[in-house]
Amino acid sequence: MIRYVVYWARMVACVLKGGRLYYTWMGSLLVLILLGAWSYSHDVVDGLIRTNMTDEVSWGIGIANFVFCVGLAASALLLIVPAYVYKRHDAKEVVLFGELLAVVAVVLCLLFIITDIGRPERLWHLFPGIGKLNWPSSMLAWDVVVYTGYLIINLHIPGYLLYKQYLRQKPNPYFYLPFVFISMFWAVTHYTVTGFLLSGLGGRPFWASPILAPRFLVSVGCTAPAVLLIILTVVRRHTHFKVQESVFDYLKKVLRFSAPLNLFLLGCELFSQFYSGARTPAAHYLWVGLNGKHGLNPLIWTALALNLATTLVWITPKFRKSHRVVIAAAALTMLGIWLEKGVGLVIPAFIPTPLGEVVEYWPNLGEILVSVGLAALGAFVFTAIAKVTIAIQTGTLAVHGGEDSPRVPAAPGSVPGGDRAPVSFPPGSDRPPASVRTPESEGVA
Amino acid sequence: MNGCHAEPGAACGLPLPDTHAEQLVELRRKGETSRRGLLAGAAAAATATAAAGCDITSVDQFLQKHYTELTDDDKKQIFARLEAQVKERSGVTVKIGDPQPIEGVTFGYALNLSICNGNRRCVEACARENNLPNHPEEMRYIRVLEVPNGALELEKSDPYFEGEVPKSGKYYLPVQCHQCANPPCVRQCPCEATWKEPDGLIVVDYDWCIGCRYCQAACPYHARRFNYGAPTIEPDRINPNQAYLSNRIRPVGVIEKCTFCLQRTRVGRFPACLEACPTGARKFGDLNDPNGELRKILATKRVYVLKEDLGTIPHFYYFFA
Repeated sequence: MIRYVVYWARMVACVLKGGRLYYTWMGSLLVLILLGAWSYSHDVVDGLIRTNMTDEVSWGIGIANFVFCVGLAASALLLIVPAYVYKRHDAKEVVLFGELLAVVAVVLCLLFIITDIGRPERLWHLFPGIGKLNWPSSMLAWDVVVYTGYLIINLHIPGYLLYKQYLRQKPNPYFYLPFVFISMFWAVTHYTVTGFLLSGLGGRPFWASPILAPRFLVSVGCTAPAVLLIILTVVRRHTHFKVQESVFDYLKKVLRFSAPLNLFLLGCELFSQFYSGARTPAAHYLWVGLNGKHGLNPLIWTALALNLATTLVWITPKFRKSHRVVIAAAALTMLGIWLEKGVGLVIPAFIPTPLGEVVEYWPNLGEILVSVGLAALGAFVFTAIAKVTIAIQTGTLAVHGGEDSPRVPAAPGSVPGGDRAPVSFPPGSDRPPASVRTPESEGVA
Repeated sequence: MNGCHAEPGAACGLPLPDTHAEQLVELRRKGETSRRGLLAGAAAAATATAAAGCDITSVDQFLQKHYTELTDDDKKQIFARLEAQVKERSGVTVKIGDPQPIEGVTFGYALNLSICNGNRRCVEACARENNLPNHPEEMRYIRVLEVPNGALELEKSDPYFEGEVPKSGKYYLPVQCHQCANPPCVRQCPCEATWKEPDGLIVVDYDWCIGCRYCQAACPYHARRFNYGAPTIEPDRINPNQAYLSNRIRPVGVIEKCTFCLQRTRVGRFPACLEACPTGARKFGDLNDPNGELRKILATKRVYVLKEDLGTIPHFYYFFA
């Protein structure tokens, strides 16, 4: 028990220590977080009247961001499958980043919802037992169940593995492998339920599309590798943690398939909405405007342009080779999907209203501050846990020794602590020369 | 049928309610939307005496149970507390009751589109009865759409029409909660804060709703309203005859809606919108009564329901006669 408390204290100490770049980054994020919190505090006092949401457009940028964050949570699935099903060592070395990013994404999902509801203090009404969770009838209740479960699973796996590695003990596969496989299926339900959350509403024809859930799944296949490409690039450049080039190749390969597929499904949707000439007012509003109102048109056409351009990058070998182009394309892929599947998927469903009234919506500064603040919070938390993860995985943070101990070399490129680890690795010359050898990557899977 | 003016003070032999249609239209033109008026009307906010605001005053209130789990004693205490709150904030003595469904009754509503002339007296009477905020740019339960003859597409309708009604070439379609037999809002509420009563009315426990607005997204009739800010209502407009599940003054951050005036209809009166209608277009009654007026209309008139294809099975019927 004391050992565990010390573990946490050392992790916190690890987060608090860093270079100038690290402090600048975390400090900037902290400023954004505080700005968001300040803005949200007004929402708590005055109600959501401070937002630009109305009875007509009753879900705004908060729910759009929630939907987008669901996509980020796919990062876990994206690395778990190659790491545990195909037993790729390179993926296994970075799989914890995927799982921790999923944790952050799910927490953000929940926070985007909590900051969007009128009575956050009544959230306990959703807890089974003391509240009244309307399960299985309500898709939102399903969402609550699925998200909570996904959060617990994704907290457990990296939490257990990191602690074991900190202790320099071999993790017991029975304690985590079953959850790894559960999490694969759970991830799919996670995205499907979010798709159903929207497509289950008959009164919103814009969402009532059978391919909404598949479209959703495919687009998360774009956002998750894009964000991982960016994160792993930063990790490789600014830390001692080695990420193999093959991981980047794998992520680019995923995008090579998911980006065109995403465009294809979008095309299918557009065809059925426009070709027959039948009336689809919300789609008209989104793409060409309705009753003289065109608010979302620039946005969705930008999204289309971005998605077309980035798809071109992902399918062209020449572009894929340039690291700079890849990073730019990854950032633009995220922006494109955010516009198309976040804002462009949530808001037009409310325009026009079910009674045909076109009331436009655009977030105000307060809403933007809350959203940016939450995004910054996500980045802050992820940076912190990624720092701890790297310290543990590179052996600088371990129960005996670590960076507090002068015996441990912290030179980049070395294998810190590896020689003193009580876990004896079986001789495996086929293992890639990684700086990090996670005990769980050996022999158990 | 005589023409009737939608504006205050216009002549048609009936005392007109103080609808501020012009103000409403003006706000819309400026790009304001319904609830924005709450802030736009700063004067209203200044005189806001019944604003609920940050209304957590006790642990009991925070831990208050769902309506269906309250005992009679719980209810007594809660109602007394709510009454005292209104008294304290606005000086008005109100009585909060809890009329129960009448056994064997299922309420239904029928509206004669042939004679509705768009005078919107129902809208104002509803607001008065149900303690809705006093400025018309704020929420209203009933929306009257002015639709061009020959059109069924609601995108062509105008809810902010002004001037003398009825206009030639137009018909008027009032829409309020349809009290569906298969309500999508109830299905989707994540915490059972809204449900269907035995008499078919869909109600909300305002003290249980978490304000996620999923029901609002689910409703195909745009019938639900959200309290983005604390509702404001001048003391002289407060209707003291209130029901817990219906027209009591709502807290901030929760959903509310038309309940067919259950505080009236469950004790044998007509809904306020029906009583206010000068044309006789509105008919209300028990769908289970084989000799009732509603059943006669359903059996003999040309009847339809809105968005039948969605399978919501409304208890609100439109007919032509």
